[in-house]
Amino acid sequence: MSPMSRHDVQVGPDGRLRHLLTTEGLAPELVRHILDTADQFVSVGERDVKKVPLLRGKTIFNVFFESSTRTRTTFEIAAKRLSADVINLNVGVSSTSKGETLLDTVYNLQAMDADMFVVRHSQSGAAHLIARHVRPGVAVINAGDGRHAHPTQGLLDVYTIRHYKKDFSGLTVAIVGDVLHSRVARSQIHALKTLGVPDLRVIGPKTLLPAQVERLGVRVFNDMAEGIRGCDVVIMLRLQNERMNGALLPSAGEFFRCYGLTAEKLALARPDAIVMHPGPMNRGVEIDSPVADGRQSVILPQVTFGIAVRMAVMSMLGSQA
Amino acid sequence: MRIEIREARVVDPAANRDKPGSIFIADGRIAALDRAPEGFRADETIDAKGLVACPGLVDLSARLREPGFEYKATLESELGAAAAGGVTTLACPPDTDPPLDEPGLVEMLKRRASSLDLVRVYPLGALTVGLKGERLAEMAELTDAGCVGFFQGNTPLPDASTLLQAMRYAATFGYTVWLRPQDGALARGGVAHEGEVATRLGLPPVPVVAETIAVRTIVELAEATGARVHLARLSSAAGVALAAEAKARGLPVTCDVAVHHLHLCDRDIGDFDAQCNLAPPLRDPSDRARLRAALADGTLDAACSDHTPVDDDAKQVPFGEAEPGATALELLLPLVLQWGRESKLPMAQALGAVTHRPARVLGVAAGTLTVGAGADVCLFDPDGSWIVRPEALASQGKNTPFMGLELTGRVVRTLVGGRTVHRA
Repeated sequence: MSPMSRHDVQVGPDGRLRHLLTTEGLAPELVRHILDTADQFVSVGERDVKKVPLLRGKTIFNVFFESSTRTRTTFEIAAKRLSADVINLNVGVSSTSKGETLLDTVYNLQAMDADMFVVRHSQSGAAHLIARHVRPGVAVINAGDGRHAHPTQGLLDVYTIRHYKKDFSGLTVAIVGDVLHSRVARSQIHALKTLGVPDLRVIGPKTLLPAQVERLGVRVFNDMAEGIRGCDVVIMLRLQNERMNGALLPSAGEFFRCYGLTAEKLALARPDAIVMHPGPMNRGVEIDSPVADGRQSVILPQVTFGIAVRMAVMSMLGSQA
Repeated sequence: MRIEIREARVVDPAANRDKPGSIFIADGRIAALDRAPEGFRADETIDAKGLVACPGLVDLSARLREPGFEYKATLESELGAAAAGGVTTLACPPDTDPPLDEPGLVEMLKRRASSLDLVRVYPLGALTVGLKGERLAEMAELTDAGCVGFFQGNTPLPDASTLLQAMRYAATFGYTVWLRPQDGALARGGVAHEGEVATRLGLPPVPVVAETIAVRTIVELAEATGARVHLARLSSAAGVALAAEAKARGLPVTCDVAVHHLHLCDRDIGDFDAQCNLAPPLRDPSDRARLRAALADGTLDAACSDHTPVDDDAKQVPFGEAEPGATALELLLPLVLQWGRESKLPMAQALGAVTHRPARVLGVAAGTLTVGAGADVCLFDPDGSWIVRPEALASQGKNTPFMGLELTGRVVRTLVGGRTVHRA
């Protein structure tokens, strides 16, 4: 009975992207358009002069309420390759500790004529909140909000899968590990469902799988061997150290024994299966080193493609203002 | 002062009455219905053609925010909102700052409320000092000061041992212990019902077992101690089933539901609408269906507004950081009427959930138009529709998931003890 409706924030009535907050609800054509645009940017990184002038004169604020050097860096590189001016703000250690509210921080930066915000926050829904309050024409990219979404990661993962597997319509994909706390897993699930992956699986112990996750369109496996069998793509999730302190898992060692990706377990997947990981990896916890560095691993190409996908999203959002 | 309310549709749920008639009021009390008492000469005649006259609503939970949270709301604003919503009797929870754990605070609140002379206020005292769940509050002193029960509010329940002693002590004097059944450890950090929506949105969950385990514990202790217990704000089908079981065993247990939970479910959170951050959380549509049915069949004794005015700043934050609660005193009547219509209940039965039934829970004489009762009357236009907008609300809290929606049932006039306290 509430008048709110979902997904009206990020896509305008004309079907164009205004913000990128989640992969959920994005039209398949739009996702394909982002991936096609990213294709064109992959070559930019291979040139001597790694720059195109698409966002010249635009100001992009990387606002990280939760620190992350790696993700911030990839957004920064993407923005710089598009010739935008980039300002990095680690707000976690400045404004909020002085009591400034999230929206006040955003309003202040907006007053400095920001064109785009790349936001990371520990609370699910923070990016939606900001997107609802910025001026028209200012775009928000969600770089991770709580356990909710990390859409550019989800998109770069489907980009990587498309690169190696070409077609989604016959794929079996497994996402393994801490799905409960993972915004990456959620963004992957929505993107993969949107692109028509027919057999999408999540694998993990019951303590790390969220309630009714099957309603997102995935098959649930608690047994790694069973879940990985016949997969074309195996995506390992990062297991954060703090999960080991609670009652979710007895130990990193036991997790590795049951759910860590080893060569033996990977042998159950298809011989041409690719192995992915959003990074940073915990070797010997969710993934064994020989697998991480093995011939089936596409973990480093993911990083390279990530820049191109972020460039694609930024250029699409920045060109409409 | 003698008043005649003329040609109204007089609905008195306690008497299962719903027929046209007149109400005669003298000396602040209902003097007669339909036929004027001998020699009655009205000083004022209210033409109520087309209007329903029902008992003023009795609300089991309205946070008035005093003392301590005057920036969110004041007694003036919220008692005015109660009057505007047709609520003439309300219980206010003790979760103020400081909490209502001392007779002096309760007396001051009562005095402030009676000097405003709007609606009848019945404070619930804190069950434990500072609502900390450790030491028992002075229940006898607080009762003398005017408390009608003892509540932990939304703070975590005391551990089972403290709860056992609190119930034993309350049972000694026949006081009612109010508890919102939620296990603190199971609910810790949670902000949304554990289910598909929380999973999709990545919101930390509150599982249903947080409610059922608490209900089981409370019911066990009620049985062991003989204490009268009120289960405040049930949210799940499983919680309702346990309450029904306790009642069937003859235990002195009553329970209520917040009006939001009759209409909304976790789906309504949409894209992180912080207005839907409520305590307890909105649950599954199947839970909502069970709550609606249980209010109709009497398992749930009452619906309440659980009125909680929250300032904008506390809602303009990410969902999980938002202060739970919604303003609702002025929405209670239309939302209960809507539930009644949708459930195909006679109006008298629907209104029972906010009149004589909650009055019975409180143990106060209110919520009826019986001859001799206090003349607390709500006159409303049953077909009058209005749109929930900030400027349409007298409450200082403008925070509601129903903002922008059209509701049917508009209060025209509210009388408390025969005195008009609100006039549209």
